[in-house]
Amino acid sequence: MSAPAEFNADLPTLVIESGRSEAHYWRDVWRYRELLGFLAWRDVKVRYKQTVLGVIWALVQPIVTTGIFTLIFGKVARMEEQVAVPFSLFVLSGVLPWQLFSAALSNSSASLVGNAHLISKIYFPRLVIPLSTLAVALVDFAVVLVLYLILSVWFGIYPNWHWLLLPAMMLLALLVALGAGLWLTALTVKFRDFRYIVPFLLQVGLFLSPIGFRPEFAPNRAALLALNPMTGVIDGFRWCLLPAEVPLDATRLLISLVMGLGLLLGGLWYFRRTERGFADVI
Amino acid sequence: MAADTVISVEGVSKRYQLGTGTRHDTLRDTLMHRLRGLLGRNRAAGGERDFWALRDLNFEIKRGEVVGVIGRNGAGKSTLLKVLSRITEPTSGRIGIRGRVASLLEVGTGFHPELSGRENIFLNGAILGMSRAEITRKFDEIVAFAEVERFLDTPVKHYSSGMYVRLAFAVAAHLEPEILIVDEVLAVGDAAFQQKCLGRMQSVVESRGQTIFFVSHNLKAVEHFCTRGLLLEAGQLTMDAPARTVVAEYLRKNAVRTGKARRQLSDEMDLEELSFEPATATLREPVTFTLTLRARQEALIHDFHFFIHNSFDDRSAVIDLRRGEGSRTLAAGRQLRITGRIPRINLVEGGYRIGLCLRTSRHFGVYPDLTSLQVAAGPAPDGFLPIPPEYQGTALIDYTFDDRVS
Repeated sequence: MSAPAEFNADLPTLVIESGRSEAHYWRDVWRYRELLGFLAWRDVKVRYKQTVLGVIWALVQPIVTTGIFTLIFGKVARMEEQVAVPFSLFVLSGVLPWQLFSAALSNSSASLVGNAHLISKIYFPRLVIPLSTLAVALVDFAVVLVLYLILSVWFGIYPNWHWLLLPAMMLLALLVALGAGLWLTALTVKFRDFRYIVPFLLQVGLFLSPIGFRPEFAPNRAALLALNPMTGVIDGFRWCLLPAEVPLDATRLLISLVMGLGLLLGGLWYFRRTERGFADVI
Repeated sequence: MAADTVISVEGVSKRYQLGTGTRHDTLRDTLMHRLRGLLGRNRAAGGERDFWALRDLNFEIKRGEVVGVIGRNGAGKSTLLKVLSRITEPTSGRIGIRGRVASLLEVGTGFHPELSGRENIFLNGAILGMSRAEITRKFDEIVAFAEVERFLDTPVKHYSSGMYVRLAFAVAAHLEPEILIVDEVLAVGDAAFQQKCLGRMQSVVESRGQTIFFVSHNLKAVEHFCTRGLLLEAGQLTMDAPARTVVAEYLRKNAVRTGKARRQLSDEMDLEELSFEPATATLREPVTFTLTLRARQEALIHDFHFFIHNSFDDRSAVIDLRRGEGSRTLAAGRQLRITGRIPRINLVEGGYRIGLCLRTSRHFGVYPDLTSLQVAAGPAPDGFLPIPPEYQGTALIDYTFDDRVS
């Protein structure tokens, strides 16, 4: 047992009042970082409890998506003629960021309702919950990245210094996903049917993102495509992973960054505004 | 706030809206409602009812006090704890809290059935507000306290309920915040272990001047453990006095309720019916019971029993409802109906409260005081006055005897 701590009359007084915005919110989030770590670790641990199955699950979806897109966009739509690298590798380099984004978005959107039992029993800054779900998306991503690396070397494309910027691109994908995820998870607490919207959004997004093609190949729609925040992210990933194939398009990256930041700031605002009522309606 | 005040509550109220027609759980409903409003066909306007769970509470708690909150179901006890724990905010009023608060509103909050005992200690500790270093430092002590050394690396879904509860309590008992807020959780677990927990909390109070805020149906625990009692009735504080006095007043006021119970147990289960017939049973006569649950979402039931408490809230008996492999799976919307019979009700005459313990893969729910049962004395042997219930001891045994004078 620890030594008896002396009661300190100078301890700060916490004041709870209706509508009082938490002055130390961000300090509290920082104070609960270990909880964030534990929740993330719990999710990863449960998902990879049976290691082999966990890895297989993480790989099945991207492999199948890559296979189908290679067939449809490569063979049927003849996109492969316009790409110098093996088309399946090209597709996988787009599936990789998409997978990260879609896992992060769907996990974070479902997170509050999925942890309702915690929210109604314990206080902590609720932001910890959607944040902690990003871990599983990252671990799944790492598994697929290893597969990509093996394939890439197999096809004779070796990583160069562009790879060093991969973390920045990952952050950008997470920024967009978390921004949208915060909106969706807070809205799902109030409106339970939002949970049906997420898979729909992701399905539409899968086809409106340049995964099986390059935005330049759809010149008439390029401007429209750039409005999808994932366009810049996928482009950025390709620049890192396939340096000879794709030039860096700063405009698209900037659009993604601005949209990501906008989503995140808006999402944080809405999340904070509704957070105090979560326990009453969840 | 005075120097030794750790909690001050000033004019705190909490309102819930029991919406009929104004609160919407789905966007679809909200949109339809707006649409109807636009078309001028909104009949259900203003059907909203307010429910004041807490009404204008005022009190101060000083350092080192052990405060017991008592009151019937729905009196606002749990809401008060939730407001003090910052889980939900008050509608009006002001609360000042000085010191680190830990709240324990449920046994094993955040326990994950797939994770091992070891992993759950860390997870649960973090959820309750302990740092990793603190948990590591107290780990051996927690394990020894819970008496689960041999099963540390077994997933907790394979634990018996007793082990599960002991592990959960052990983590909680090693919290050392300045203020500890504890709900109903002591209703589970065996008596010896409860004593062990209370003993440990007591020593923390004495050695560190910890303040404890304690809600319980277990009046005996409140009486022995608490220095001060608060009685809540319909959201209002009606009595603030030494614990012993408040318990006596509560016992005097609180007649045993009877009848069917119907309520939401958790976000995965509704209780649709619970009845013991006849509500006033005669000693050693049969009693039948009916329980109907409906799953709101898929639920896997691990443990399942009724517990019967006498008017002093000592546990008198349990009715174990586990079946087969120890688990039942209910798909969303499915109903589980249990009917049973107690051939002879061998309980000392008096009033009994019946509660339900329901552990699923995601919840450990303890729902005391759902319904009640009155047991009346049977006929006394010819011509004698019956023995008063307080002289009858705790168990009714069946016996026969012969006598012969020689």
